Amino acid sequence: MKQNRLIDLRNISVRLGGTQVLRDMSLYIRDKEFITLLGPSGCGKTTTLRLIAGFLQPDAGDILFNGKSVKSMPAHKRQVCTIFQRYALFPHLNVADNIAFGLRLQKKSKAEIAKTVDEMLSLVNLKSFADRAVASLSGGQQQRVAIARALAVKPQVLLLDEPLGALDLKLRKDMQLELKKIQRRMGVTFVYVTHDQEEALSMSDTVVVMDGGKIQQIGTPIDIYNEPKNAFVADFIGESNIVDGAMLSDCRVRFSGQEFVCLDKGFAKDESVDVVVRPEDVVVVAPEKGMLRGKVTTNTFKGVHFEMIVDIGGFLWMIQTTDYHPVGAVIGLVTPPDAIHVMKKSEYSGMFGDYTCFTEEYYELSEPEKEDGQ
Amino acid sequence: MRTLSDTARRMLSAPYLVWSILFIVAPMIFVAYYAFTDKSGAFSLANIQALPDYANVFGRSVWYSVIATLICFIIAYPLALCLAGMRENTQRTLIMLIMLPMWMSFLIRTYAWLCLLQDNGIINGWLEKIHLSSLHMINTPGAVILGMVYNYLPYMIVPLYNVLSKVDKSLLEASHDLGANGAQSLLRVTLPLSLPGIASGITMVFVPSISTFYISQKMSTGNISMIGDVIEQQFQSYYNYNMGAAISLVLMIAILVSMMVMRRFTDNNGEVVV
Repeated sequence: MKQNRLIDLRNISVRLGGTQVLRDMSLYIRDKEFITLLGPSGCGKTTTLRLIAGFLQPDAGDILFNGKSVKSMPAHKRQVCTIFQRYALFPHLNVADNIAFGLRLQKKSKAEIAKTVDEMLSLVNLKSFADRAVASLSGGQQQRVAIARALAVKPQVLLLDEPLGALDLKLRKDMQLELKKIQRRMGVTFVYVTHDQEEALSMSDTVVVMDGGKIQQIGTPIDIYNEPKNAFVADFIGESNIVDGAMLSDCRVRFSGQEFVCLDKGFAKDESVDVVVRPEDVVVVAPEKGMLRGKVTTNTFKGVHFEMIVDIGGFLWMIQTTDYHPVGAVIGLVTPPDAIHVMKKSEYSGMFGDYTCFTEEYYELSEPEKEDGQ
Repeated sequence: MRTLSDTARRMLSAPYLVWSILFIVAPMIFVAYYAFTDKSGAFSLANIQALPDYANVFGRSVWYSVIATLICFIIAYPLALCLAGMRENTQRTLIMLIMLPMWMSFLIRTYAWLCLLQDNGIINGWLEKIHLSSLHMINTPGAVILGMVYNYLPYMIVPLYNVLSKVDKSLLEASHDLGANGAQSLLRVTLPLSLPGIASGITMVFVPSISTFYISQKMSTGNISMIGDVIEQQFQSYYNYNMGAAISLVLMIAILVSMMVMRRFTDNNGEVVV
């Protein structure tokens, strides 16, 4: 795998305006990989991107491209291209001239430029827009022009800084698919920054979950979802019930006053742990058959399933089922061994409680991140 | 409701309309009237026919103003570029310092230059002290142009600074990202995006330069006259309102044409059309 490393970030630290944005971060990116940096605002994901692009210098650490240090190489000499959050299209140039910008700098012949611009326009389905002013395009179209402009210079790496953040949901879904398609077809390494976990899971080969200037977990989307390393990752990716537990022995864990069989090993005897149970993995049964019993406090219809908040001994669980259980009903719950994931205690333990204040949390999450200047 | 608000709106613009008619349109009509009449008020083309006599003064005015405008641009553009890149507080302070001389009457500022540049002025005094031969500076075209550059430079800096400080930094990053070095980014992104500022800066320096009279009088001690001086003479010394009006008319047309040319570079939103 080692020779496959295209970009290598080694022990990077960055301070910006008095705050430590990245702390001793190391990360490598493989060739032709779709890697996503995922985390809440201020976690250092955009800073990482700007370091790779060359807009920012690390205070400590080194950046290697194909094994060579590029720490002191200016942005215009690096083989990377950025898709900016707000596209950064040149307003004084039309669509075709925007795409040709990088090619003209490379002193390509007129015929070659025209050919590449044409290719790029058809790649992003904007054939008939060549002569349009960029200001006359919709957000989605501007986004496509930005992608075409970046790919026209044939970079080895494309850096995407929340590129779909300003688009509406439907368009965002379409663009996700399209970006993935483009990435496969062009064979370009994508480094994608987002705070949208669903976007990260559905598009990436590798997800890097970041918080507080540190990498919390690196893995495939499935790994990240099924085997979160700590409470932060479990909470940030999808919905999770995170409860305190104790490991009795290998494959035996105790939480919520009950003993459960699980698949996790390698913990000390009676080690206190965080236990994650995903809302969709819980099986609802009759109260007397359940390992746990609880009372439904709210029930929301979500289309595919019902989302219930269930009070189990004072701790509020989120449970998703396809069957309807009225508010106030007492239900039994069964958690099969593979539904339980045990994590070591971390600095994040206890920070993510139950779903007591769920409504507010949910409101905050579904509030689209506002971009100034839009 | 609608008609009322329409009337109200019309009422609001009335004072401005009256003002414009009284102090802008009417004087222009008077200028045109005087230009085409003789002293008795009868229609006459004599003034217009006499205009070619002033062709060389006019040519000199245009030439000096073009040079002064160019020098202003060469000084102001890099300065505005630096300013726009500074921290906001520094920007504000420096802009205030640039505007500061304008708090003083420009008569006084021009006199100050006179004191500096005279044959037995301050600069020559210093030169003598360090045993260098004195320079003849006053009374030269250079002195006149210096006076214009000095007085009108802020009018070039401010509009340039305004557009340059609004250029989206991410556009420059995008340009670097696509392979442009500093000079290429300046030429291909910053410069085209600052065209509206360049156009208004040029207008704001060129127009007062071409019609100036006081600066040229003082800096050349009356030896180099510009078209503004000639107009002033016609009104003040010869009491030939008609001739003065005819020259003014030509100047006005020249300014109007140059402003229309400049406007081609900006549309209503101040955005570049090119």
